Amino acid sequence: MTPVTMTKAGSATQTYHDDLHLVRDEIDKCMKCGNCMAVCPVYSVDKDEMAVTRSKIAVADAVLKGDLSLDDPEVSEMIFNCLVCKSCMTNCPTKVGYDKIVLAFRAALVRKNGLPWLKKMIFSTLKNPKMFDAAMKFGASVQGVAFKGDRKLKAISPRSPFALVGSGIGFDADRKMPALTVTPLRERVEEVVTPPKVKLKVAFFTGDSLNYFYPDAGMDLIEVLTANDIEVHIPKEQSCCGIPVLVHGDTETVRSLARNNIDQMVATGCEYLVTGCGSCGGAWQHDYVDLFAADPVYKAKAEYWAKRTYDISTFLTKVIRFRQPKGQVDAVVTYHDSCHLKKTMKVFAEPREILKSIPGVTLKEMAAPDTCCGSGGSYVVSHYDTSSCLGRNKAQDINQTGADTVSVGCPACMMQLLDNVSRFGKEQKVSHYISLLADSYRKEKEIAH
Amino acid sequence: MLDKAVVLKLQELVGKENVLTSKVEMLAYSYDATADMPRQMPDVVVMPTSSAMVQQVVDLARAKHLAIYPRGAGSNLSGGTIPYKKGIVLSFQRMNQILEIDPANLTATVQPGVVIAALNAAIAKHGLIYPPDPGTVATATMGGSAAENSGGLRGLKYGVTKNYIMGMEVVLANGNKVRFGGKTVKNVTAYDFSNLFVGSEGTLGITTELTCKLIPAPRFRRTMMGIFSTIEDAGNAVAGIIAAHVIPATLEIMDNMTIRTVEAFANIGLPVEAKALLLCEVDGMSQDLVDTEAEAVIEVLKKNNCEYKAANTDVERDQLWLARRNALPALASLNNTCIVEDATVPRSRITEMLLACEAIAAKYNVTIGTFGHAGDGNLHPTILYDMYDQDLTTRVHMAIDEIFSTALALGGTLSGEHGIGMAKMKYLGDELGQSGLDLMRTIKEALDPDYLLNPGKLVPLQEVLV
Repeated sequence: MTPVTMTKAGSATQTYHDDLHLVRDEIDKCMKCGNCMAVCPVYSVDKDEMAVTRSKIAVADAVLKGDLSLDDPEVSEMIFNCLVCKSCMTNCPTKVGYDKIVLAFRAALVRKNGLPWLKKMIFSTLKNPKMFDAAMKFGASVQGVAFKGDRKLKAISPRSPFALVGSGIGFDADRKMPALTVTPLRERVEEVVTPPKVKLKVAFFTGDSLNYFYPDAGMDLIEVLTANDIEVHIPKEQSCCGIPVLVHGDTETVRSLARNNIDQMVATGCEYLVTGCGSCGGAWQHDYVDLFAADPVYKAKAEYWAKRTYDISTFLTKVIRFRQPKGQVDAVVTYHDSCHLKKTMKVFAEPREILKSIPGVTLKEMAAPDTCCGSGGSYVVSHYDTSSCLGRNKAQDINQTGADTVSVGCPACMMQLLDNVSRFGKEQKVSHYISLLADSYRKEKEIAH
Repeated sequence: MLDKAVVLKLQELVGKENVLTSKVEMLAYSYDATADMPRQMPDVVVMPTSSAMVQQVVDLARAKHLAIYPRGAGSNLSGGTIPYKKGIVLSFQRMNQILEIDPANLTATVQPGVVIAALNAAIAKHGLIYPPDPGTVATATMGGSAAENSGGLRGLKYGVTKNYIMGMEVVLANGNKVRFGGKTVKNVTAYDFSNLFVGSEGTLGITTELTCKLIPAPRFRRTMMGIFSTIEDAGNAVAGIIAAHVIPATLEIMDNMTIRTVEAFANIGLPVEAKALLLCEVDGMSQDLVDTEAEAVIEVLKKNNCEYKAANTDVERDQLWLARRNALPALASLNNTCIVEDATVPRSRITEMLLACEAIAAKYNVTIGTFGHAGDGNLHPTILYDMYDQDLTTRVHMAIDEIFSTALALGGTLSGEHGIGMAKMKYLGDELGQSGLDLMRTIKEALDPDYLLNPGKLVPLQEVLV
């Protein structure tokens, strides 16, 4: 079956992000069989047809036919009650491109009604990387006012009275969030990190989460690459991948971010791009191609990079054969499949292969490792009750394994797990899988010295 | 538009969070999995969590002359849950507790909203299974599948839903709650109410609890596949397997159109010129028995001019199942509308029915792929078409009419497992005759004189409700 082309419905200058009518064929593919219900994380909590993908498609259909209006707040509410985890797409017999439908729908809503002021403010800052960077650093310097730190976890929790105000949406005093860092990843390293021997050079797209929240994991990723004789290019001016904006329907901002990112990567002269986040990697592999499908300049560039983007685990196991680590890391590890990593990038075997290669690591699978943890980016804030239910279920599955470490391939899941493991877990460590490999390489060096 | 006071009363009965009224919500409950059906928005969706709540809602609906449409997961293929006369959709999605698993008596007692797969997951640790396995096990509810008397792939050996429902609690249209049957294997007290309510498609009463039979999970299985160059050879193989006194757990057939479509869709190496494919799985509690049956099946396959394969490992088994698993997804991907029928004929007439489906497709110039449960004669002629093409849609409807008249002419039935609902009601008289229709009406009106429960389904509607 060939995918529906973006220009099929009559426009050579627009994509489905610009016109809801362009997902007509995807809408028609839905048989309403309800198989989406079996795997929808939101439905598993809400137990209401409104949560299920087939209903969202039926509502999109009704909007196109004029039976429902985009002005109806109920329409907006139901279409935003979705994690865009794409679990439904893995269980869909007719392979409906639901991601296209939901993104087109949200973009249409924003075109019609505009962005809420808060989103507008945040997204416009994102478009200007320097301003965003300054804002994040300012946040890092003042976070002590509203939050108290936990040095061991590198996490923060709201202080009262902020905790009191935030308790309804999960920002109570028990909330654990990664501490904002004063020195982001891209300022900790040179733009080009060159190992003594250079086998290959790759560009590293850090994304904002690794840059600001988990720079240590970002450093680990660079360390693993250099340990494998790979020169790493980390353009300083790269911006957010745009997925957080895309899922809120702000097409203009995401295109602007994507153009900058593409330009930045072109300038590196590298032929490979690696990511350490399923959402970022998915953006490069799929969303940029779709966003620029009707763009005379960026279409070819987006397609070029889509074919050359790899999650770090795929790059290590499929593109190069990574050096087998020798340092002992004593840990019982369970692996959580991030939705965008598994369901968008189809990466699930590679991180496990890496974990199993580490001496001392025992991999213990949890029940349903690819069930969504409930993060969904800002969904945690906008739909705290549902998100929290999913996070608690995930923490309980992790507890069942007896593992002392839960490893993940996506920073957004790391944040959600950090909070839920601290609330419902058994003090398991939450870590990016690449950090465990980096740890083993480091231990190996220690022995050598 | 529903009286505000009725909504308030419903909220009082089941809780505000369990009553839905917005237009978007009504749209979400205006359809089910059935293709080519009119949609209708209910006035209100009510999600009870106890049988007492169901009784109170029924009493209110009767007083206010509101239709009640009971609904599980809305995955049926007969329009069984479409709220044709508006009124109340009574959704059991939140009444989904497994009340008891009783390994000593081999029973489970569940609320109607329990998903079949969830029950199977819960009883797996006892080494037990609940065998009925409609294609939608991962979503379909116990209440819904009892209402539809669902079948599935294992029907030939293990039977269908009605063979597993031992006891029920039902709320009647008059608001009374009745309990009958139970955990005893033998029970001849009173009428056989389970067999009346199972398969009644929600038209006689509302199921609020079910006690079902469980069986020990078979420990061994063997899977074989045969690829045939004529449909006749495949039909003879089916007859041969039964004649050899082997009752396979699964005996599935696929026609050439389906084989070609699956191959184009999934590239699994099927010969596209093959006229039929049989998939056969035998299972049992001992390796010896299963091996003996598998050898007997292979002998039959050899005698009937086919290329056969036998799986020796789970990986090989998955390979053989790939074709069957992809049948519906592949066919459904051919166009924007996919009607799955379940016309059923006596096993001995399978060959004739498959040939007839091919002839009907040619006659009306429509696309039909047929696959299904050869072992029990339950076929799924699947019709693919473009709903925006008026002329084609008309020809599709004529082809469907002929599929049903052919099944009846061969001594078969309109529906093997999907039910009548709205989709097949117009053919009901062709199978039952006027006296049969009168009997249906007599039973319906004895239990639900006001046509309160699922009106417009199964029993032709008396225009009582306004």
